Amino acid sequence: MSETTGGIDLEEDTSGVVKKFMFVNRRAPYGTIYALEALEVVLISAAFDQDVSLAFLDDGVYQLVKGQHTKGVDMKNFSPTYRALEGYDIEKLYVERESLEARGLSEDQLIVPVEVMSSEELAARMDEQDVVIGF
Amino acid sequence: MLHIVNKSPYEKSALASCLAHATKGSAVLLIEDGVYAVVQGGTVEAELRQAMGRLELYALSADLEARGMKDKVIDGVKLVDYGGFVDLVAAHRTNQSWL
Repeated sequence: MSETTGGIDLEEDTSGVVKKFMFVNRRAPYGTIYALEALEVVLISAAFDQDVSLAFLDDGVYQLVKGQHTKGVDMKNFSPTYRALEGYDIEKLYVERESLEARGLSEDQLIVPVEVMSSEELAARMDEQDVVIGF
Repeated sequence: MLHIVNKSPYEKSALASCLAHATKGSAVLLIEDGVYAVVQGGTVEAELRQAMGRLELYALSADLEARGMKDKVIDGVKLVDYGGFVDLVAAHRTNQSWL
């Protein structure tokens, strides 16, 4: 079973079991499809009542930058969706401080309230997870 | 020569390689995720400022706008629209994309 289902046993009745899921975002929005796809999966995961968190590091921090206007590139501006996550009980948004600093960004330039932490702290959060999914 | 870079300098080495190979007087146009290079305050800024002494730097305005970076651009970088992109291509005998 784990060969095709990524370790998730679909046969067993697992209703009521809550696992810690972390979605790791490391790509800038728009240049590739990763950021948008991650957001889709995160929204789907909300339906399963799991303990979901999102980590933003490397170019992933660009996803949360305020003031995105995509009319000129004719693409969907999906940045407002991060503000809607709260409504799906997804409130654990972790942003790596080193990634922000390297890019000349600060917390007040982000579109949603997040928890900014060091890469060491973020690594510890990753270690606590049952499932980590990277984009 | 017009050099075109569309990758983030924080993820790929395309810009670094481009700057290392672009000869004096060449133009470098940053598009798509490449525009993150011209944002103030990043670790790439110093390298870019150094390159500005010998290269013409351009960035595509719509891509900066999409990414919320339009008002954070390093001084001296010229912003162009899609028409300006075409003009740059037409004005140079050759162009090279650093994918």
